[in-house]
Amino acid sequence: MEKQIINCSSLSSKEINSLLRVPRTSNVALTGILGQRFIGSGMKDIDVEISGTPGNALGAYLDGGKISVKGNAQDAVGDTMNEGNIIIHGSVGDALGYSMRGGKIYVKENSGYRTGVHIKEYADKKPLIVIGGKTGSFLGEYLAGGTIVVLGLGIDGTVAGNFTGTGMHGGVIYLRTDVLPPNLPKQVSVFDAGKDDIFYLESLLSEYFALFNLKPEEILSSHFFVLRPNARNPYKQLYVLN
Amino acid sequence: MPVNFIYPSFEIVRNDTRCTVCGVCVAQCSNGVHRFNDSRSRILSDESQCVNCHRCVATCPERALKIVRSDDCFRDNFNWSQKTIKELYLQAGSGGVLLSSMGNPEEYPTYFDRILLNASQVTNPSIDPLREPMETRVFLGGKPDKIERNPNGSLIINTPVYLPLKIPVMFSAMSYGSISYNAHEALAKASKELGIYYNTGEGGLYKDFYEYGKNTIVQVASGRFGVQTEYFSNAAAIEIKIGQGAKPGIGGHLPGEKVKAAISETRMIPEGTDAISPAPHHDIYSIEDLRQLVFSIKEAVDYKKPVIVKVAAVHNVAAIASGIARSGADIIAIDGYRGGTGAAPTRIRDNVGIPIEPALSSVDMRLREEGIRNRVSLVVAGSVRNSADLVKAIALGADAVYIGTAALLAMGCHLCRSCHSGKCNWGIATQNDKLVSRLHAETAKERLVNLITAWKRELQEMMGGMGINSVEALKGNRLMLRGIGMTEKELEILGIMHAGE
Repeated sequence: MEKQIINCSSLSSKEINSLLRVPRTSNVALTGILGQRFIGSGMKDIDVEISGTPGNALGAYLDGGKISVKGNAQDAVGDTMNEGNIIIHGSVGDALGYSMRGGKIYVKENSGYRTGVHIKEYADKKPLIVIGGKTGSFLGEYLAGGTIVVLGLGIDGTVAGNFTGTGMHGGVIYLRTDVLPPNLPKQVSVFDAGKDDIFYLESLLSEYFALFNLKPEEILSSHFFVLRPNARNPYKQLYVLN
Repeated sequence: MPVNFIYPSFEIVRNDTRCTVCGVCVAQCSNGVHRFNDSRSRILSDESQCVNCHRCVATCPERALKIVRSDDCFRDNFNWSQKTIKELYLQAGSGGVLLSSMGNPEEYPTYFDRILLNASQVTNPSIDPLREPMETRVFLGGKPDKIERNPNGSLIINTPVYLPLKIPVMFSAMSYGSISYNAHEALAKASKELGIYYNTGEGGLYKDFYEYGKNTIVQVASGRFGVQTEYFSNAAAIEIKIGQGAKPGIGGHLPGEKVKAAISETRMIPEGTDAISPAPHHDIYSIEDLRQLVFSIKEAVDYKKPVIVKVAAVHNVAAIASGIARSGADIIAIDGYRGGTGAAPTRIRDNVGIPIEPALSSVDMRLREEGIRNRVSLVVAGSVRNSADLVKAIALGADAVYIGTAALLAMGCHLCRSCHSGKCNWGIATQNDKLVSRLHAETAKERLVNLITAWKRELQEMMGGMGINSVEALKGNRLMLRGIGMTEKELEILGIMHAGE
């Protein structure tokens, strides 16, 4: 498809989003992006390629379409995202995919703290976050649904930080490593991935592998941990009606 | 164990000479208080299940029932009250956290009741609202720093987005889940008719209510339930909920068993799963982060809708409000410690937060001192019980108020404070279809419209008495207020003089 190139070096976030809201038939390539926030916020049916480093809240409330970044992104990418794809050909900052409900976020390298907090799923919406490298602490906190995969490519040792899965009450986290993250909370049950898991990952990750030219057999032959909630209601406190 | 036995708080007095054993009370009580005896010749009552909601009293065709407070008592003790002892037994017997509903009922001072209003006498005569126009419309949102004109003298319209209200009252956030479908429908319809707004709370927006979008405020809370672009597009404004007066600083937890089909659809989570709202938004740890969320929403709605930030009234609320005003929010909502709830831990509800009156006054004064009062509107909540509270709140600096409990009462709530049981006999705080059908949405709407219309008349009358003909002129007009029986410190915080001064 034809691509429309827009040089954004002198444009504000607001101006960029106004341009993106114009209905068009071609893909859009934004060049010269340097820290502009909220790109694509609340939009659907967009197909945007970004060169440079977009600012925080890239693709917040995204409701469809695709945003691809040729470089790194910052905090709160895909916040409360509902649908669509976000692809980062580099690393991202903190709070990636906070509370997302649908769509996919693919990160080639690493992500910061609080990745995939409170992801949930609903009906046919099953959010997926794949991190090629490693993540910081609080990965998948309050996880209520969906899938997070951390591949740890080129990483020795653990691939996630402290308190992974605190308050988890749904969903699943796959970690490609031999070392469990430190301070796993009691809401998390850990399993070693079996054949079924690997089979599932093979189809789940096929798009990711193709996107970044990775060899599935090399990656999937390594050991994976599977983290699932160990109780359905982790916060079910005993209340007494007063 | 005998130690766990607590004598019921209420006694049901049945007048046997009136009772015809018709069984209405048996059918009406969802708590199972009333039952027939074996031969169906009498009706027996189990007071231990009674919550004193008065449903049986109100529906008994023979007026054969009344509910009285039990006079059973422990030995008098000023320090260890009946309530304190009973709560302690409850906890010792269960190991549970005490859970309550509705606003803080404890005996703290209500400042509204210690404030009196002014009226004109002889000079600056009062205005007759029957004859003179009396403006009750307000516009919520930021106001421009200055008036600008074109070279030809015409006005440049540079007002930021705003919410127009025909009367400065809105219905507080109450989620579909905490209250019933019919209750939501009544609030939505009444808002439309009155030219005001209702608030979906954090439970999402049910598709049937999209048609009331122009009168709907949708909430974005830490759980982000139901938040999607359609949610924004079917709303007049978006409210970021940081906290609420009944439970400042803590999160929420809707247990899986309450997440049934329709609730699951609006919250956008699978049926039967827990809906957890973490205590903080984990993407907001600072005013800068809040600003980011405010603007991500503004971008998502293309700056066409105002953003409200709601916080609970806590000790340093003035500084927090200053931060919120600088975050780009258009409206700040402040909820005082009397604010209602469908369920909150008793200790938190009754001990955390501060009253709305000093919170409002200190926020208004702080924003004025900093020269940023025009950037935001202030909406206050946390027990505005009548039109006098409304007038006093406006004179203390509010642009409008949110009412929750008052609206529920208008629909038929009898304030039995048992919402958390889900068995509301009045069809309001329940998802049981049979109970919900008891609340007729159209009647409830009428009652809401009646209430707000009556308040509007009273508001106009009180304003007229003061010689003021618009809410805008009453706003922050503390000269119209006098305190009674307050300390100098209290008067200083409220920014008002004592009666007689």
